[in-house]
Amino acid sequence: MRNENEQEKLTPEDFERVTIDAHHSERIEKPSLSFWQDAWLGLRKNKAAIVSMVVLLLVILMALIGPHLNGHAGDTQNLRHANLPPKIPGIEATGFFDGDGKLAGKKVDLYEMKKVDEYYWFGTDGLGRDLFTRLWEGTRVSLFIAFVAAAIDMVIGVAYGGISGYFGGRTDDIMQRIVEILIGIPTLIVVILMIMIMDPGITAIIVAITITGWIGMSRIVRAQTLKYKSQEFVLASRTLGAKDGKIITKHLLPNMLGIIIINTMFTIPNAIFFEAFLSFIGIGLQPPAASLGTLINDGYKVMENQPYVLLFPAIVISVLMIAFNLIGDGLRDALDPKMKD
Amino acid sequence: MTKILEVKDLELSFHTFAGEVKAIRGVNFDLHKGETLAIVGESGSGKSVTTKSIMRLLPESSAEYKNGEILFEGKDLTKIPEKNMQKIRGKDISMIFQDPMTSLNPTMTIGRQIMEPILKHQKLNKSEARKKTIELLNLVGIPNAENRYKMYPHQFSGGQRQRIVIAIALACNPKILIADEPTTALDVTIQAQILELMKDIQKKTDTSIIFITHDLGVVANVADRVAVMYGGRIVEIGTVDEIFYNPQHPYTWGLLSSMPSMDLEDQKLYAIPGTPPDLLNPPKGDAFALRSEYAMRIDMERRAPFFKVSETHYAATWLLHPQAPQVEPPALVIERMKTFKGSRYYVDQTGGTV
Amino acid sequence: MVKYIGKRIVYMFITLILIATASFFLMQTLPGSPIASYNKLNDTQKAIVEKKYGIDKPKPVQYAIYMKNLAKGDLGTSFVFKGKSVNDLLAKRLKPSLILGAQAMVFGTIVGILLGMLAALKHNTFWDYGSTFLAILGISIPSFVFASLLQYWIASEWHLLPVGLWNDGWKSSVLPSLALAMGPLALSARFIRTEMIEVLNSDYIVLAKAKGANGFEIAFKHAFRNALIPLITVLGPLAAGLVTGSLVVEQIFAIPGIGEQFVSSIMTNDHATIMGTTLMFSAFLIVVIFIVDILYGVIDPRIRVSGGKG
Ligand SMILES: Nc1ncnc2c1ncn2[C@@H]1O[C@H](COP(=O)(O)OP(=O)(O)OP(=O)(O)O)[C@@H](O)[C@H]1O
Ligand SMILES: [Mg+2]
Repeated sequence: MRNENEQEKLTPEDFERVTIDAHHSERIEKPSLSFWQDAWLGLRKNKAAIVSMVVLLLVILMALIGPHLNGHAGDTQNLRHANLPPKIPGIEATGFFDGDGKLAGKKVDLYEMKKVDEYYWFGTDGLGRDLFTRLWEGTRVSLFIAFVAAAIDMVIGVAYGGISGYFGGRTDDIMQRIVEILIGIPTLIVVILMIMIMDPGITAIIVAITITGWIGMSRIVRAQTLKYKSQEFVLASRTLGAKDGKIITKHLLPNMLGIIIINTMFTIPNAIFFEAFLSFIGIGLQPPAASLGTLINDGYKVMENQPYVLLFPAIVISVLMIAFNLIGDGLRDALDPKMKD
Repeated sequence: MTKILEVKDLELSFHTFAGEVKAIRGVNFDLHKGETLAIVGESGSGKSVTTKSIMRLLPESSAEYKNGEILFEGKDLTKIPEKNMQKIRGKDISMIFQDPMTSLNPTMTIGRQIMEPILKHQKLNKSEARKKTIELLNLVGIPNAENRYKMYPHQFSGGQRQRIVIAIALACNPKILIADEPTTALDVTIQAQILELMKDIQKKTDTSIIFITHDLGVVANVADRVAVMYGGRIVEIGTVDEIFYNPQHPYTWGLLSSMPSMDLEDQKLYAIPGTPPDLLNPPKGDAFALRSEYAMRIDMERRAPFFKVSETHYAATWLLHPQAPQVEPPALVIERMKTFKGSRYYVDQTGGTV
Repeated sequence: MVKYIGKRIVYMFITLILIATASFFLMQTLPGSPIASYNKLNDTQKAIVEKKYGIDKPKPVQYAIYMKNLAKGDLGTSFVFKGKSVNDLLAKRLKPSLILGAQAMVFGTIVGILLGMLAALKHNTFWDYGSTFLAILGISIPSFVFASLLQYWIASEWHLLPVGLWNDGWKSSVLPSLALAMGPLALSARFIRTEMIEVLNSDYIVLAKAKGANGFEIAFKHAFRNALIPLITVLGPLAAGLVTGSLVVEQIFAIPGIGEQFVSSIMTNDHATIMGTTLMFSAFLIVVIFIVDILYGVIDPRIRVSGGKG
């Protein structure tokens, strides 16, 4: 052991006692953060999630204003303008989006050939409808379906799981037996059967997606309710005479908020996928309605000659799915790095 | 006494998302052959990091040795290549961890887990290694070793698992055994058995042990010397008697005052106020000053060097500076100091009852 | 354990009966008649046809007959393919679907596991980010988008492999298998990565290192096995994903498999075939989940007791 007996000058003042209030050091502690601050702090460091949020907001914005941007209506058919490739003013000189398309294997400027002066940014389909407008209309429909389905899943799931977990006993027993049976039924089968018996349309798709979609949420919420129900702060407020309603809204829900939100973040892309899936195999939305699924289906049919019809909706749906998944991942890591599922 | 390990001015940081965590901020100590050195200190003071840094078990991606050296048999362990380090781990230096429930591989038989270091470090064939394994199991007190050798960890109790971990650590007769809270996760009777086992083994093998614990009772029981850690530094080091009966650092005083003691039952248990320092922004002077009622102005400015109390006893507190005022330690500590020859409160009690 | 298995089997049967019942009655409410060119027939012809398929009887009787046949393993007669039993129809189509599914599963999980390992071992490096990104793509991009793109570039543009159909030996199976494999690949890569990172941070890995094990021994002798076992739990979702994928992928590549049959039966209102396929898919998925649970129950104590899983 070394003895550092450096003999530098220390003044008597150096050895004056200072009184420190014992709690001083506690003040250096990090301030306790609210749920949202915590989530935001964690999320902010996750570049992928931040970029995804920006991209997602852009797509949502486009879904709202995109259809009105270029003056073409999404359902106007103009056969003279059919099958035009994308052409965007300003960047046509770069060789992309220049209106060149294939005709009998040769590259020609279809706009010139068909004597079209207007620009169709993302081209037109076989009926001469503007694909740019249709794309954003379709995105809007897909997002609408996804958000509504996710919201319904959330409400039913939270209610079902909450009631089952909170009241316990026989209620819980019966409710869980039902879930056990339901969970055994493959989602895909239920979705398809449901959609077949209903009139095709947005409502049918939402119903089909939500009919079993809430189960996942209900199980998570039930498990959480069981966990918090028996914790001291809940027991304490119960002893103080708090009513069920107050315990649920004051203690249980705020604690479960994070996990509910994360789970919802993952049901949204799931719903987007199912809508597109159903529309793609032809039992979802019916023409002329547009959704990402129907647009991809339309595009797939003419993929050989007009690949751009498929390309744009395929990109948008992929971007949406990636963005939602990344935000979900980011939130999960931010709120609870250990939580998996 | 021969020094087997020397840690000099060790500084180590973790690079985390939040910034640089200065977990070890200048640690100095020696380990002698055949002795047991206990490291005590509150949670987060850097005990585990110090010992893991000796074995280089910290995550390479985030841990950085900033300064100092760890001398073992003339080699600086912070500098040697990983390959050489692998030859030292498990052979010359081995380790026992806190939680026996998680420190064994769940999908490997315990026999294979004990055999692994033997096969790795000693020139033994499979059947010799097997024999050695069974010997080790007998040594650590696992009955019926021939049969239990093929079992998986989950088929053993917590205490038995810790015995198995000890068997692994002893497999190659290490020169240094590091035990990081080896009994914390066990219940009291098992704790006592494990401690007895370790003492026994040390007697037989003359291994040096570094023993980390929160339990000062355990320290009194097993250790020859004690190092007290606070905020990534050793603030006081000395023999067990010196630390227990002639402590000098206010943090050691706090620690001893918070120790439940048999003979002073009516005393209220003391808790050190405040919280451990933030190692992201460690305080400039004495890290403990903010929580200490003995703080002086200089504690806020500069950290204290080690002042020598005796040949074996050093403490890093400005209170030992010749210019510093005399202060009264807490009453409980004075009680203790009264029994220690050489302390300023020593009361000669010879002639009293024996 | 035996009691648990018994209970699970009972549940499986209840679920299947429920699905059969539900699909039977749902079929009845479908708009449009199941019989092809029904409208072109005159009344006597209609009566004959209805009698032949037994749909002249009251619904409960039809239901009873259907369930009785089902118990014998008879899925009924197709309404569209004249006189063909659904059993034969599906049996013939089982092989391509099974081949595609198996190839996708094997290829997907093996590559996924390798990617996941790579990511975990090289945590926070380019390899990690790369394979994580790939996994996100695999999870996010719908199988039909991926299948369409494969078909467009590799088959239509570059002519490397057949555009579709099941008549060119193994070549026919490459693109559809690849499209199907994206799901299992991405899921297992993600799963193994997370598992492996957790395992590598566990105490017993530190202990293994403290014993002097080198990087290779730690990764493969100690960590890999422990990270791999929990992968069993995602087999259920993986199988479900494969079935979902097969519906669209078989359609895109015109593969004469069960999935393609299912979609075309829906289009042609072939009730018996829809019900038969539904039951088959359901039974498959239910059995997979059952096996997974049992397997995990058998291996679980080892993992749970050690505190690895919560
Ligand atoms: N891998 C790591 N990354 C970042 N910081 C770490 C890491 N390991 C330890 N630390 C930090 O280093 C400091 C010392 O930790 P250490 O585990 O040594 O404490 P300890 O004294 O062993 O406490 P305990 O008694 O609770 O085991 C703590 O502040 C801890 O947060
Ligand atoms: Mg520790």
